[in-house]
Amino acid sequence: MNTGLSCREVFCNHLTEMGTADKRVVALTSDAKGSTALGVFAKALPEQFVEVGIAEQNEIGMAAGMAAVGLKPYVCAPASFLSARALEQIKVDVAYSRMNVKILAVSGGISYGALGASHHSPHDIAVFRAIPGIVVVLPCDEAQTVGLMDALAATDTPAYFRVGKVAMPVIYPAGTTFEIGKAVRLRNGDDLTIIACGEMVYPALQAAEKLAGEGIAAGVLDMHTLSPLDEAAVLEAAAIGPIVTVEEHSVNGGLGAAVAQITATHRPVAMRTLGLPGDENAVAGASPDVFRHYGLDEDGIYAAARELSATNRK
Amino acid sequence: METTELRRKAVAIRRALLQMIHHAKAGHTGGALSSVDILTALYYGVMHINPKQPKWEGRDFFVMSKGHSVEGLYCILADLGFFDPAELDTFCRFGTRLIGHPNNKVPGVEMNTGALGHGLPVATGMAKGLKMMGRPNRVYTVMGDGEQGEGSIYEAAMAASHYKLDNLTACIDRNHLQISGDTEDVMALEPLADRWRAFGWHVVDLDGNDMDALMAELGHEPPAGKPRMIIAHTVKGRGVKEMENVAKWHHGVPDDALMESAMAQLSEQERSLA
Repeated sequence: MNTGLSCREVFCNHLTEMGTADKRVVALTSDAKGSTALGVFAKALPEQFVEVGIAEQNEIGMAAGMAAVGLKPYVCAPASFLSARALEQIKVDVAYSRMNVKILAVSGGISYGALGASHHSPHDIAVFRAIPGIVVVLPCDEAQTVGLMDALAATDTPAYFRVGKVAMPVIYPAGTTFEIGKAVRLRNGDDLTIIACGEMVYPALQAAEKLAGEGIAAGVLDMHTLSPLDEAAVLEAAAIGPIVTVEEHSVNGGLGAAVAQITATHRPVAMRTLGLPGDENAVAGASPDVFRHYGLDEDGIYAAARELSATNRK
Repeated sequence: METTELRRKAVAIRRALLQMIHHAKAGHTGGALSSVDILTALYYGVMHINPKQPKWEGRDFFVMSKGHSVEGLYCILADLGFFDPAELDTFCRFGTRLIGHPNNKVPGVEMNTGALGHGLPVATGMAKGLKMMGRPNRVYTVMGDGEQGEGSIYEAAMAASHYKLDNLTACIDRNHLQISGDTEDVMALEPLADRWRAFGWHVVDLDGNDMDALMAELGHEPPAGKPRMIIAHTVKGRGVKEMENVAKWHHGVPDDALMESAMAQLSEQERSLA
């Protein structure tokens, strides 16, 4: 499967299939039918589609109420607004109340590039990792989007599902299944491990390939579930050697911080945590340029891993 | 239940919640007392519920949006048999499930509330969801008047009228006092009824401590096509003279002397209903 579609389009297309098979599947959006690619669902299943207008707090509250009466609501809207404005509703009405609400947060991280910090969500992993009772996943490609959706749909657990805006290169074959909370080792390597999530998995693989050309064997771990984090996989990586983490998220409180918490507690290793700065808003620009600026691309990951490897020879 | 019987029940619930608060040495006494009659009318006279099967499909749904007034709700659920009344002694104790705001680990409680401005969006979602499924169940929520400051309420106010949710009834416990003082001094709410009418709701003003008035309205279906807002004019601390209309009883625990006085007043109220 390589349809050239973005993860949000893949998500909404699959949601339409799910909604066709199960009438309890409903979709809510807050004037974001276009941004989220929900148009296909709304057209195919108008009776299962609910527009709430520009009102994210009510959107989440209503979804929780719908779950309480037995529906299976999916809320689809930009990550920046859901993860901040509707945070208390997600905390209380969804996670604390244990309501089966799945949240598709589109255009996460710095997907909206030049639109500025109001539209960025470099905080969402940190925020939701600190709230008990909600799963956090970041898929890296089409097949993983579908696989994680199916894995989550099989549970009543609330979930925050963050995707980007653009189409992603293929990493997994169509039909690959995934287990929530179980990372995937995409590449073995005896020298160090790059742990990445979401859109950073592909450049991590590119960087590992480049490192191999210089005789540095870098493994790559796809940490698609950020909460609960796969502690065993982190410890296996720590047993191999140094760790580089890569995320489209603030270095404060995200993947890197979570991995460091585990290694510092159980098996200290040298680490580099690549991500967006915690002390400034991301520079404006198209997301590939912003990624390059902060070293969140093939070259940046390669350079950090190479330096880490050189200073931590076994 | 006849309204005289409902009145007697409301007195009994007042007694139970005061005893629970006195025992726990914690509670939001004033708002619990002002909202007792509304809750009694709903739970004993209006809603379809099944204490033996809290998740019964045919039940009506209730969300306590002003979660701090949980005391009356817990006492009613215990009295109805959703759980053993002996558990009321654990209110606010270490490790209890009867915490100071509604908790859906307690049988009969649908949603966790406590943060204000959440109940109406959730109830709106329930009402919309039930309509989408073609189910006849009704949805009720009780909000505080101070709570009306929360903006999320007005997002739901728009959605409920947009979607013509006539299976939704919301009540405002209009006791005029919030924690810092008179609602009109803290952040004016009037003209409250006009505001809700402007949002497209069917609005009814009534005496929220008068069981006849409550049952006369809640006992029938609202007009089709609009959500219903009942502005229930109440007295904070209702039933205990020393607490009535005194802002500091938003939360507060009666001492032994005040408890004795309160129990005597409630007994007198009961006798007058005999």
